[in-house]
Amino acid sequence: MSKTMTQQEALQEYLLRLADSDMILGQRLCELCGKAPALEEEMALMNVALDLVGQARNWYEYAAELIDDGRSADELAFRRDAHDYRNALMVEQPNGDYAVTMGRQFFFDAWHYFTIAALTKAPDERIASIAAKAAKEVQYHLRRSSEWVKRFGDGTEESHQRMQTAVDDLWRFTGEMIEADEVEQTLFKAGIGPDPEQLVADWKGLVNEVLAEATLTPPPEDAWMYRGAKVGHHTEHLGFILAEMQFLQRAYPDAKTW
Amino acid sequence: MPRPGKPEPRSLLEDQPVIASDRIPARDRSKPVTEADVWALLDEVKDPEVPAVSVVELGMVRRIAEEGGEWVVDVTPTYSGCPATEMIEDSIEEALQLAGIRNGRIRRVLTPAWTTDWITEEGRRKLQEFGIAPPVGSSSKLTLKGVEEVITCPHCGSDHTERVSEFGSTACKALYRCLDCREPFDYFKCI
Repeated sequence: MSKTMTQQEALQEYLLRLADSDMILGQRLCELCGKAPALEEEMALMNVALDLVGQARNWYEYAAELIDDGRSADELAFRRDAHDYRNALMVEQPNGDYAVTMGRQFFFDAWHYFTIAALTKAPDERIASIAAKAAKEVQYHLRRSSEWVKRFGDGTEESHQRMQTAVDDLWRFTGEMIEADEVEQTLFKAGIGPDPEQLVADWKGLVNEVLAEATLTPPPEDAWMYRGAKVGHHTEHLGFILAEMQFLQRAYPDAKTW
Repeated sequence: MPRPGKPEPRSLLEDQPVIASDRIPARDRSKPVTEADVWALLDEVKDPEVPAVSVVELGMVRRIAEEGGEWVVDVTPTYSGCPATEMIEDSIEEALQLAGIRNGRIRRVLTPAWTTDWITEEGRRKLQEFGIAPPVGSSSKLTLKGVEEVITCPHCGSDHTERVSEFGSTACKALYRCLDCREPFDYFKCI
């Protein structure tokens, strides 16, 4: 990222990060449609996915207006390749067992909750209004995923073991998600988005609280973290998600009839 | 919450020379359109996923006003990804068209965000009759941890109920079961 990044450039980049993370997690959750472990869980996962895809659309629409190069919200979602995607590495990780699905959701929801809460106070009215809508939904998501982490962690010997494994495996994707880079720093100075230091403190505080209640051991503070998503370097999983998600739009551009 | 100026429902086709629709009450086209007319029209537009209540009773129609020769209807969606949003907007447009109001326009308003606190008393009563427990409490008092409210069974009125799932058949509902009459039911989540 160049040193001459304007606030406008930072905002476009940031909107794509928000939209892409929502979109990819929504797509991941939809993979469980027809395959969830229980009917109630299936409904819940699809409802969460629906909220996320709806939020993604709101962010994409605003991003498309600001970028203003003729691309629509749909084109941003369905015609960009992996290196142009800016979602957190966390959300592209495979569903795994249900401890992984819920652990991934919890780590993301905790970040999402504090981020969205801060965005509701943005001076940019469009951002504040999209965030205000999302805040109610995200609060609900976080409550649900925290409950699952606690239920698995403080459950049977096997569920505890699986939840601990999921936490340990997913931990390496949390660092980049919660830490601010130049884009987020620039926007924070303009009053948009969370205070970077506060976000890290809030996220860690909540995560440690839930892990403690779940009788789980938090990974070490100095654990090694994967990075790169914010500049388009993803894990190998993203390409496969996009292949499935974007096939129709690429094979039949602007398909209007279903 | 009765709206001031809301006219009494008129009987369909009475004194009307043409059949406007089999769903929307025909409007007397010899008179100019009033705000009350538009409210009355939209009170006939149902949420496709909760057909017992109208979009007005759900609190999704925030404002109706004549602006620069257009009837502008402010609509606030219930959830970001609610798949019914487009259909509801189309239904509102259709209702306006069928009533002969050609200069209608829908404006999607996201803020303030929709809350179940906006569902009218009448809407709550209809939800209950339809078998959906209306939202309990006020959304402004909810905290992150959430509070377990007592949800009354819409079938038998018992308070002896339990939550089966935080999510039900649509984004706006949670799934409950009555421990007395044993019937499952939907609860309209308080957000």
